[in-house]
Parts: sequence; structure tokens; C-alpha cells
Amino acid sequence: MSGLLRKRVYLRAVPAERSYDVVIIGGGGHGLATAYYLASRFGIRRVGVFERSYIGSGASGRNTTVLRANYKMPESVAFFKQSFDMYRELSTELDYNLLMSRRGLFWLAHSENSLRLQRERALLNQAFGVDTAFIGPAEVKELCPQVDLSAGGKGHPIIGASYHAPGSVIRHDAVVWGYAAAAMRLGVHVHQGAAVTGITIENGRAVGIETSAGRVSAGVVLSATAGYTSAVAKLAGVRLPLMTHPLQAFVTHAYRPILHRIVASSDMLIYVSQTSRGEILIGAEIERYNTYSTRSTYSFLAECASRAIDLLPFTAKLKILRQWSGLCDMSPDYSPLMGPTEVENFLVSAGWGTWGFKAIPASGVGMAELISRGTAPAAIAPFRIDRFKDDRAIPDRSSAGTH
Amino acid sequence: MGFKIDCPHCGPRSYHEFAFGGELRAFAFDRDEDTDYAAVWLRDNAAGVQLERWFHSAGCRRWLNVRRNTSDNTILEVR
Repeated sequence: MSGLLRKRVYLRAVPAERSYDVVIIGGGGHGLATAYYLASRFGIRRVGVFERSYIGSGASGRNTTVLRANYKMPESVAFFKQSFDMYRELSTELDYNLLMSRRGLFWLAHSENSLRLQRERALLNQAFGVDTAFIGPAEVKELCPQVDLSAGGKGHPIIGASYHAPGSVIRHDAVVWGYAAAAMRLGVHVHQGAAVTGITIENGRAVGIETSAGRVSAGVVLSATAGYTSAVAKLAGVRLPLMTHPLQAFVTHAYRPILHRIVASSDMLIYVSQTSRGEILIGAEIERYNTYSTRSTYSFLAECASRAIDLLPFTAKLKILRQWSGLCDMSPDYSPLMGPTEVENFLVSAGWGTWGFKAIPASGVGMAELISRGTAPAAIAPFRIDRFKDDRAIPDRSSAGTH
Repeated sequence: MGFKIDCPHCGPRSYHEFAFGGELRAFAFDRDEDTDYAAVWLRDNAAGVQLERWFHSAGCRRWLNVRRNTSDNTILEVR
């Protein structure tokens, strides 16, 4: 049978084994993708994924689903391009419709500084074969007539933009479920509602974990827990260069398709897209203080809605449906942290801040290769955790500013 | 997520009036490279009670030491 008539069991609950070759803490996109690639590309199938809540309950289910590769450091452009290319084939590979939809993404510039950044971004992207063009206000209006070029008439009109034509949206829950189901078909165990309470260290190496369901020994322990990475690493006695900040977003009720493009402005700290369901999705920048609280605030909603109306006047008529907040583990240079720690066999895939969702496939396959072969592939090697020690930071804040 | 900080100079004010100064860290420069690295780059990023700095930028413009529970943003102490 095929298509609609096919009945599939996605996540069959299985009791945890006493030991796994690889234990992954965190059942989000990154953890599940790493498990999937370990099983599918590197033949390591005795993998246990431990998720405290339900899969995709953290950042994987709270992000704003944008896929893009328009980064601004050579290492990042190459890495995110690989990720984007993998996303394009992912529905086929996982045999799961991820509803990927190509929209075209603007980064609007309202200042000379921002204009210079967008021009540089376009040039660097083109050098790496990423389709980003530097365009003027007239072209912005032509590609997206809903945009108010005066940005609300408050003295900061749109003076240019970088336009990333491949920019897409995808269904984030489907990515998580697709990876989980595909990994489980290959023999990976995904344990939901299984909190990890300790990491067992013997002679300076990680040998297992303590969970709410008992002790599990492991050849390798990987933390893929985004916002909670510092807390998990602390179980192994590891400190990391991370700060956990909240990021808020909200959606309106569903309306007919009106906004095809993804509109972002790093000067106004806002980005807007329309989901496949029709909701207008609006998000902004992280809050400046660190917290693990995911409560939303009215002040954010009010400020962000006002900026959205300045940029896209039609949004003034829309009704807000719901608002939420997610945790971002921000690294000092706004680039991810991937690789081994000072505790042998304890690895971390973290620093996913506001840019983690679009990195899931490339990070998953990169971490899987690192775990199975012991050396990091060229794509993720520059993102090693201790790069700050020898001044090899990859500063890319301008690419992370909005989503 | 919104909360108030009871400024000892100005009284209870919304956190919007303050600039976050990060977690309180012990600085020990030039001892050795590893200590410097830890002091400059590494953070506890505690999921729980944290000692931290806030600057009352829209008030008395003084630096405050604050004890806050980062899980629910309860302010435990301001000095």
C-alpha cells in the first residue's frame, strides 16, 4: 500500500536497553538527526535517544521554520549551504512529507551600515554558490508589494535589501517526526518522558547516564539539548561558553495566502512569514538577559506587532491567535559549538541559538561522522568548542540577528 | 517572563529600565591561559539561582548585584 492508505506506527515505545553504543540526550531535531545518520550512514544502530518530555517539545517545535543559507562567514556559508541542500532532498530520504515551500527571503536595510552588510553578504554568498542578490527598494516593492517602503514613515525607509531566493519554510514538527520515525525503522530507540539525571564519569571518560528509568551504559554520550546544554554539561562537570536567552514569537489567525515572501529586517529586529496553514508568523530578537523561563510577555507582543504594522501595513487588521517563547543557547560568536569536550566520550552539539533549526541535517550528519570515525568532518571542524582558546572564533552575529 | 527589580535607590521598577550585565564572575587575569580562558569565555549559565549584575540605565544609573532564579525570574535579593 502507499500514500494515504498506508498506516504507519511512528514511535513504538520500547523499554530502554541496559547499554547503547551511543546515548543521545535530547529528542529534538539535532539529536534525532544524529541518531538517524548514525544508523543510516555509519551502521551504528544501537543508539538510544532520551527525551525528558516529548520529541520536538523544545526549540525544534518553537522555531519559526525558516530555511536559508545566506550566512556571512566562509565556514558558516559552506555549512548552512550543505544543510539547505540536504533539506531539499529530505522528504524523499525520510519518506515523509515535510511541506517544504520555497518563498524567497528579504533582509531589508534601513541604514547605511546594514546596507553595507547586505551587499557584502550577497557577494560572499555568490562566491559560495548561494543565490543571494543585492537589490534596491524598487525591486523590493516589485517582489513583495505588501511592504511599506517608508517602514511606517518614521524616518527609516527601506534603502535596499539582500534577497535570498531559495529561502524557504518547512513544517518543523514534520522534520522531528520524520527523523524519529526513520531512525526507529533502522533500530534506534527513542525514549520519551525519560529524563537524564546524571552522566557517569569513570577515569575522566563518560561511560553512561542515569535516567528516571535507571542506569544506562554508553560508549559515547552526546548532549543535543539546545537551551539546557549548560545544565546537561554540568552533569559531566563541563562548563561551556553559552548563555540561555528566550526568544518570543506569535502567530495570527489563519488567512488566505497573501504574503508569499519571508520579510525580515535586522534594523527593525523583526521577521514575518505566512505559514502553509495561513497564519502570519512574526518573531523578533532574543531578550537581552538570560533565563530558562518560557513565559511570554505582553510588552514583546505590543512592540513587535507595532513594528510588523510599520513594515507590512495589512497586518494591522489581523487578529493574534497565540504567542510562545523558546530557549536559545547563545554562543559568544553567534556560531554553533560542535565536538568533543574535555571529558572523553562526552560530546556536545550546542550553541544553536536562533539558527539551529536550519542546521539540523548538516549538524546531524557531521556529528554522526565525528562519533563513528573519531574525527570531525571539514564542514563542522571549525565549530569546535575550544576555538576561543586560540582565537578562532567565527563571528557571524549579523546573520543570526533575526531568526 | 516580565518582572520587577526592587532597586535600593529608586524602588521597584520594571526590568525594562535595566540593562543586563551578565552573571557575576570571578576575574583572575594573567594567572595562566586556562584560567584566563575560563574567566573570559565560560559561563555557569545556571538553571536556578544566579548572582548577576544589572545596570539601572533608565533610573539611578548605578550597578546592582542581584540574586535571581533563572527558572522563573523570581528576584531573591538586590544590593
